[in-house]
Amino acid sequence: MISLPELTFVGILPALLLCAAGVVILVVGWFLRRGVLVVSCAVGIVGIAAALIANNPLRFANDSAFSNMLAVDAYSWFLNIVILIAAGLTILMSVRYLEDEGIAMYEYFVLVLFAAAGMMFMVGGDHILMIYIGLETLSISIYILAGGLPESVKSKEAAMKYLILGGFASGMFLYGAALLFGAAGTLSLTGLAKHFQAGQVGLLAKAGMGLILVGFCFKVSAVPFHMWTPDVYDGAPTPLTAFMSVGVKAAAFAAFVRVFFEALTQFQVDWTQILWALAVLTMILGNVAAVVQENIKRMLAYSSIAHAGYILIGMIAGGKAGISGVLYYLLAYTFTNLGAFGIVALVGRKGEARIMLKDYRGLGNSNPLLAVAMSIFMFSLAGIPPTAGFIGKFTIFSAALAQGYIWLVIIAVLTSIVSVFYYFRVIMKMYMETPETQPAALQLSPATAAALIISTAGVLYIGIFPTTYLGLALESVKPLF
Amino acid sequence: MLTLDHYLVLSAILFFLGAVGVMVRAQIIVVLMCLELMLNAVNLAFVAFARHLGSVEGQVIVLFVMVVAAAEVAVGLAIAVAIFRQKGAVGIDDLRVMKW
Repeated sequence: MISLPELTFVGILPALLLCAAGVVILVVGWFLRRGVLVVSCAVGIVGIAAALIANNPLRFANDSAFSNMLAVDAYSWFLNIVILIAAGLTILMSVRYLEDEGIAMYEYFVLVLFAAAGMMFMVGGDHILMIYIGLETLSISIYILAGGLPESVKSKEAAMKYLILGGFASGMFLYGAALLFGAAGTLSLTGLAKHFQAGQVGLLAKAGMGLILVGFCFKVSAVPFHMWTPDVYDGAPTPLTAFMSVGVKAAAFAAFVRVFFEALTQFQVDWTQILWALAVLTMILGNVAAVVQENIKRMLAYSSIAHAGYILIGMIAGGKAGISGVLYYLLAYTFTNLGAFGIVALVGRKGEARIMLKDYRGLGNSNPLLAVAMSIFMFSLAGIPPTAGFIGKFTIFSAALAQGYIWLVIIAVLTSIVSVFYYFRVIMKMYMETPETQPAALQLSPATAAALIISTAGVLYIGIFPTTYLGLALESVKPLF
Repeated sequence: MLTLDHYLVLSAILFFLGAVGVMVRAQIIVVLMCLELMLNAVNLAFVAFARHLGSVEGQVIVLFVMVVAAAEVAVGLAIAVAIFRQKGAVGIDDLRVMKW
């Protein structure tokens, strides 16, 4: 007799609402001819707001749903919020971009919403299969979105490169999962943890752990698995690049942390050493390669690689302090990077014609407010107080110091100093150099302005009053320990 | 008599062939086929383990992996068609607009 699993919709309600909003856009978009982008954006925002409300009960839950496939806990709560913020701001800043490019593609919003739903399943997944399905839901949506610019060869190329390397990474991930399954006989995270605590840890399980680690490192773009990042970030439509750089990273890190701290704690000594080496490589290569970039999208791509290195430090430090640092960092990074890419999308104008660093000359004169916002984002990325980026770095570095990783922190601080150079170059271009021909000042649409105001306010607010948010992050990591 | 080891060795060889193929082959279509080969090697490992451990879980996972692989290759071929329409060829060497 097969017993049906108990259905608890609380855990998946936020993701369901996003999918529902996506389906509504698909139906409505079919009938509308004019203003389809604005309507889809509005429906998407309503769906995201509803999901934010539906997400609240997760904060006080500590449960699992659907036969232990999905964890319903505060950890998912926090990261769901990060993902919803990322999706919401992306949708807001995409309307203007799509209008400028002349693409009346309402499917764009649908895919962003579906990708966000996939991210939520990845974050909440309490079973390797669930995490894999979440990962693929988000990846396949983003492969399509990355190739979404009809006229651009670069965009297709980015999509193809992302698909091939993403597929390769999920192959690695799955093979690792198969080996873990062979070693433990189950793939549920709690089952794996129980198995490894009871018995000794064999070679099969270690190989599986290594392959899963490689799969995750591809997704968070840690060196040496970062090759796809600059090309994909450069070729994809800019608002989507923003979404990729924060949403995919947050979801991948969330699942990375959950799998390694819940299921594979017995291997902590092994994977900490691997991550140590990867973090050092990632920080050095990311920051050094960013210095020589002239294209701002590629510069921010390498900067996002470097930030993956800083977040890895939080994982190496481990414990409540390290992981809550990771969560806070992801929140801070979401606001900062979305804002920065939002401005890159605006300055880029039609056809992304102006995405070189030199196109930022004189922005301080022509658009003073935009330049101020961009400076704040650059400060935050460089980790200068009073911005959120500073608190994030400070929390992670001090957690690592408390665990005795002195050399790691020294390398991190040195590479941060290198990063100040290229972030400040943007600010220098905006204020101290003048272009040969001054282009007309940029006009902001209300949605874009709202997205930029929210991200600027977010960067400053959680940077100046970090206590609440650090407290929330600390509260959210409890289910893992 | 075929044992678990035989299946695992075969799956490892297939996975390796697929991975090498992704890295060295010059045609996008062949690269996509190599990706499929990797995933099917994984499926073989899952099924072999499931049989060995007497657990259904591994077999269920295979069904999911097959669905996802089909979706992925559908998108991959669509992008390949889009590239072909713009450039008239679908070689890996045609993906060279961007280079660091």
